[in-house]
Amino acid sequence: MLATNFSNASIISLQNVTKTYRMGSQDVHAVAGVSLEFASGTFCAVMGPSGSGKSTMLNLLGCLDRPSSGRYILAEQDVSTLDDDRLSDIRLKHVGFIFQSFNLIPQLTVHENIELPLFYLGWEADRSAEYAAEIAERVGLTERLQHRPTELSGGQQQRVAIARALANDPKIILADEPTGNLDTATGEQIMGLLSELNAQGKTIIMVTHERNVAGYAKRRVHMLDGRIERIEEDN
Amino acid sequence: MQKLRLMRNIYLGIKSLMLHKLRSLLTMLGIVFGVASVIAMLSIGEGASKEALEQIRKLGSTNILITSMKPVEEEAAANVRVFMSVYGLLYDDELRIKESFASVERTAPAKIVRKEGRLYERALELRIVGTTPSWFDLVRRPFLAGRGLSDHDVRTHANVVVLTEYGARRLLATEKTIGQNLRIGGTYFEVVGIVRSEAEQGGTIQTPDQEIDAYIPLNVAKTRFGDVNVRMSSGSREMERVELHQLIVEVKSNEEVEATAAGITAMLERFHKNTDYRVSVPLALLRQAEAFKRTSNIVLGSIAGISLLVGGIGIMNIMLASVTERTREIGVRRAIGAKRKQIIIQFLIETVVLSTVGGFIGIGIGISIPWAVTQFSGMPTDVTLYSLALSVGISMAVGIIFGLYPARRAANLDPIEALRHE
Repeated sequence: MLATNFSNASIISLQNVTKTYRMGSQDVHAVAGVSLEFASGTFCAVMGPSGSGKSTMLNLLGCLDRPSSGRYILAEQDVSTLDDDRLSDIRLKHVGFIFQSFNLIPQLTVHENIELPLFYLGWEADRSAEYAAEIAERVGLTERLQHRPTELSGGQQQRVAIARALANDPKIILADEPTGNLDTATGEQIMGLLSELNAQGKTIIMVTHERNVAGYAKRRVHMLDGRIERIEEDN
Repeated sequence: MQKLRLMRNIYLGIKSLMLHKLRSLLTMLGIVFGVASVIAMLSIGEGASKEALEQIRKLGSTNILITSMKPVEEEAAANVRVFMSVYGLLYDDELRIKESFASVERTAPAKIVRKEGRLYERALELRIVGTTPSWFDLVRRPFLAGRGLSDHDVRTHANVVVLTEYGARRLLATEKTIGQNLRIGGTYFEVVGIVRSEAEQGGTIQTPDQEIDAYIPLNVAKTRFGDVNVRMSSGSREMERVELHQLIVEVKSNEEVEATAAGITAMLERFHKNTDYRVSVPLALLRQAEAFKRTSNIVLGSIAGISLLVGGIGIMNIMLASVTERTREIGVRRAIGAKRKQIIIQFLIETVVLSTVGGFIGIGIGISIPWAVTQFSGMPTDVTLYSLALSVGISMAVGIIFGLYPARRAANLDPIEALRHE
């Protein structure tokens, strides 16, 4: 094995992770013992019918939630037992989110939305403004930076969201049905952009239930009832 | 760096508030009126009490004022023909007070007669005050021309008079009038000085001097006008014999005023059969007025405080609604990596900006209300710096106190739930 491959070895590793919710008097095992490794630079799709636990998986991977048991290693540290502030810090430094409904902040301009992670990282205004413009260009947004998100088309809004997810230069980008609110043509453009970013070395994990969207990924993890059913891998 | 971050937070807060201009404005109204009422109420209260305090202060805080008064018993027996009522302070009272109390610095007696004064063809009803040179040390008024009464005047029984500014103007007396003669009841008095007169009369507190005063030596007043005063009214003659109408006693220090006043009262009680005098202590009045001012400030302050409380609850209400409305935004910020503390700060800044801007608008209105009151009704008002500082402080505090709960609520939202919120 080559040394370069070695450094590409798993940056994300789930070890026998479970997530159990209490609903009324019943325990619901949303994730029931998952062990999984993601190599750096991967593009992976998590698939499955609704209720299969794929959203819970994404929340766990994004450090929005802590596993009930098991270990989750991200960026060389065990994050499964960290407190709320530390988890926020992990999200801020290592995770970028892309949502189905874009989730841009309406009172901020496109530019300010992209800058938001940098604001929380404590960047100076000049530097972050420059950098945000740079990222915007990378996702194909060169104009309308001073507009409000609501003045943009769906595809453009998702580009802004992707730019925002890139701003903190994260270890992983987590996408939750990124094309769910877009028409097919725009959806394809967005998937094209994600593939491009992956080709540039970004690690992307995406939740989707659409086959053709999942086709952009190199690896597809199928989930059912909180467990991994099977894994498909392109070569 | 830290400061830049705060500035940016404030900028973003203002931006969020500007998104709902009308709502923000309406939310602010509570604070605006709260602060305006605090300032307006305090300034009107302050103005009224300042006027009272000013009047009292004019009397001198180390002074004790003793005035002759017709005893009540004699007045009740007015239908019984009394040839002459004899009452009031005696020449001896002054001597006794001077000798008995070590705390007394000086005294100024006043024998008051109403007479017409004539300068050439001009006449003016004057209040002739027979007194000693110490009057001018006690009732300190600046001299516009000439001098006050002197010991030499007293020794030589000089017919000299000191006019007030008001009297001088009415008699067309000027600086050049000094040395000329004013005729009072058949006697000519040389005008030796003109003092400024205290123009403002009225109010509840009696000042020792009036603007129609003319001051002459006491011993001259005694020999020229005597102690008996005849008053003609509707066909009947009223005669009264009063030696001194007024006695001002100056005490060496503030601390000794009340004890000395009590001593003087006790002594007068011993020598006077009837209570034909009144002892008033400006310092005691001053203390009373100050105590009253404190009480009224508390009352007015609490009323205004309640309106600020209502304003604060209004802000809290709107911020709670805003938190619900912006649940998703909070979820996004948390997902991006904002800590709970940063969410609290964000919402807290919005409420503090709201309440502080409201506070400043309130100050604007609060200052203009007393101004308008003074313009239209002539009522004195006084906007004090402390009431402005107080209002700004309170409105910021209201923002923090009433913003804290909604902000904490926002921060404690579960980010996953918040992101799912529709």
